[in-house]
Amino acid sequence: MEKKELLVVDGLKQYFPIKGGFLGRTVNHVKAVDDISFTIHEGETVSIVGESGCGKSTTGRAILRLEEPTEGKVVFNGDDLTQLSKSDMRKHRKDLQIIFQDPYASINPRQTVSDVLDEAMTIQNVLPKRERRQRIIELLETVGLNAAQADRYPHEFSGGQRQRIGIARALSVNPKLIICDEAVSALDVSIQAQVLNLLDELQEEYNLTYLFISHDLGVVRHISDRVIVMYVGKIVEIGDKHSIFDNPKHPYTKALLSAIPVPDPDRERNHIVLRGDVPSPIDPPSGCRFHTRCPFAQEKCRVDVPELVRHEGMKDGHEAACHFVEEIERGEVKPRELAVTAF
Amino acid sequence: MAETILDVRDLRTSFYTDEGEVKAVDGVSFSVPKGKTIGIVGESGSGKSITSLSILRLLASNGKVVGGEVRFKGDNLLAYSEKKMRGLRGNKISMIFQEPMTSLNPVFTVGQQISETLIEHQGMSKKAAMAKSVDLLKLVGIPSPEKRVKQYPYELSGGMRQRVMIAIALACNPEILIADEPTTALDVTIQAQILGLIRDLQQRMGMSVVLITHDLGVVAETCDYVAVMYAGQVVEYSDVRTLFRKPRHPYTIGLLKSLPRPDADQEKLVPIHGTVPSPLHMPVGCRFNPRCPAATDLCREQLPDLFDDGEGNQVRCWIYNEQWPGEKEVDVFGEERIARR
Repeated sequence: MEKKELLVVDGLKQYFPIKGGFLGRTVNHVKAVDDISFTIHEGETVSIVGESGCGKSTTGRAILRLEEPTEGKVVFNGDDLTQLSKSDMRKHRKDLQIIFQDPYASINPRQTVSDVLDEAMTIQNVLPKRERRQRIIELLETVGLNAAQADRYPHEFSGGQRQRIGIARALSVNPKLIICDEAVSALDVSIQAQVLNLLDELQEEYNLTYLFISHDLGVVRHISDRVIVMYVGKIVEIGDKHSIFDNPKHPYTKALLSAIPVPDPDRERNHIVLRGDVPSPIDPPSGCRFHTRCPFAQEKCRVDVPELVRHEGMKDGHEAACHFVEEIERGEVKPRELAVTAF
Repeated sequence: MAETILDVRDLRTSFYTDEGEVKAVDGVSFSVPKGKTIGIVGESGSGKSITSLSILRLLASNGKVVGGEVRFKGDNLLAYSEKKMRGLRGNKISMIFQEPMTSLNPVFTVGQQISETLIEHQGMSKKAAMAKSVDLLKLVGIPSPEKRVKQYPYELSGGMRQRVMIAIALACNPEILIADEPTTALDVTIQAQILGLIRDLQQRMGMSVVLITHDLGVVAETCDYVAVMYAGQVVEYSDVRTLFRKPRHPYTIGLLKSLPRPDADQEKLVPIHGTVPSPLHMPVGCRFNPRCPAATDLCREQLPDLFDDGEGNQVRCWIYNEQWPGEKEVDVFGEERIARR
């Protein structure tokens, strides 16, 4: 069954100017997101993973035009969002909501929960005023809070409860797509599990589509249907969850997965330890951006930018941006050094 | 079990606030065997960081250790004078923190900050200390240390700064390294580097490590023994394999079941209901009882001790005591039932 395409991101670029010098001219750009394309189907959960500075949050913000994208198309339900006027975009935001990492910073401390939800509904003109109170109570119950809490202020809630308020606010306008930007990262595990389960249930009930941005690969494995791996502004690998976790092809994905500490003391620990730090997106490495840390890097990698393509032995929809996927698989390209340690 | 280098007994630390006394740490006991790594795990507010700060007596002015003992090679550190304590910190017992940027002084070079420790504790000359600083930077795997030693913290990446913190902590060959969430602010590939480094240096120098973390993955990979903390108390203490294979305290079981695993598929996470209690209003009896699916009246009335199973594994739960009034097999968070001993 072919699923409906809900969001198509095509050639998205987000450059931030760096002002400097005597006259405050633009001296360079931070290439936070540099030409990425992907599609999200209705009802699925797609995650973007990567380390700090890889552009995953910027991608989420660019889709919503919280920052104006430098280039590229963001087609939602057939409309290119980048071409809309400000007021048309505002109307579309009803369909695209976002939940942020920090529930302390993303809710106005001077509004009661009821005000927070009411404001969202007023802006999007969702319900006549007299029906809203009832809806607010329903929403609170949906996210596991209760009617008695509607007139309380954010500081009276714990972190997990505040994140539930953020979810209720996103739901209040009946969105189709919710972007969760590190939405559970600040929560303790026992609370995180409550919120993850809630997101699961809501998806089923309202046929929601999630774009889940996270650095926590355990969370990503749990919640995603498909996964996008980013490195310094580029997509290095994309595929369904099992392809990415059980059959990763890009050397960066392999290193990233092997670096995660697994809660099992008996597991054999072979970490591929990458040397050095993530390069700066201001002046990213030439060719493949991972070549400076890649144990397999060849001359070609320094020069040519690899395309995101499906190689031999990869399932449909599983693509990696590496020149030597097949050669590495066959053992023809060997790592320069043994970069494996057990700690 | 190896020789015990640090023994914490019934440690109690309180903070005095406008709203009353907050018992942040309330009867914590554990011991650290020489050359081993012990993990202290718990969620926000469990008292894990305050425990480590209490060991080194680095509490804020409104905090006070009100009871217990911290024995370092037999000596009670709580009875030390402030001067004697200062001679110990950064020398015999060192500490590294989560956020390397705020722990380093922004207006001194990396070399000056490492040297400070060496000059203070080992009476080195400035020149000798600077030379040793270069060696230490090399030891923690910083490339071109001669150049880095003259740089300021802002010129280094997060991973590099944490390496500098480790260099400072290791300058005097400490016997114990206390690491409070040392990799929480770092990306996973950098975390792997830093954890590998700590493990490597520990083996070379034979020091003991107290690792404070909320990450059960990090615990499984780096620790020999684990103390699980909840609401200011240790609720379970055991070797790492037992903790993950046969967790006994319902809180530990709940934690493991709520954890989304990167290495396996799970249909559904099993969360622990409710939230951590406020330290101002601790529940009567077992502190976990309001969230525990197995709680009985006994749990709601009386706080259980840390019961020892005779093999050095301890658990603070009535299920493992003769007084347990419930069934022989207890259902905790679904599926398997845990059998009483």
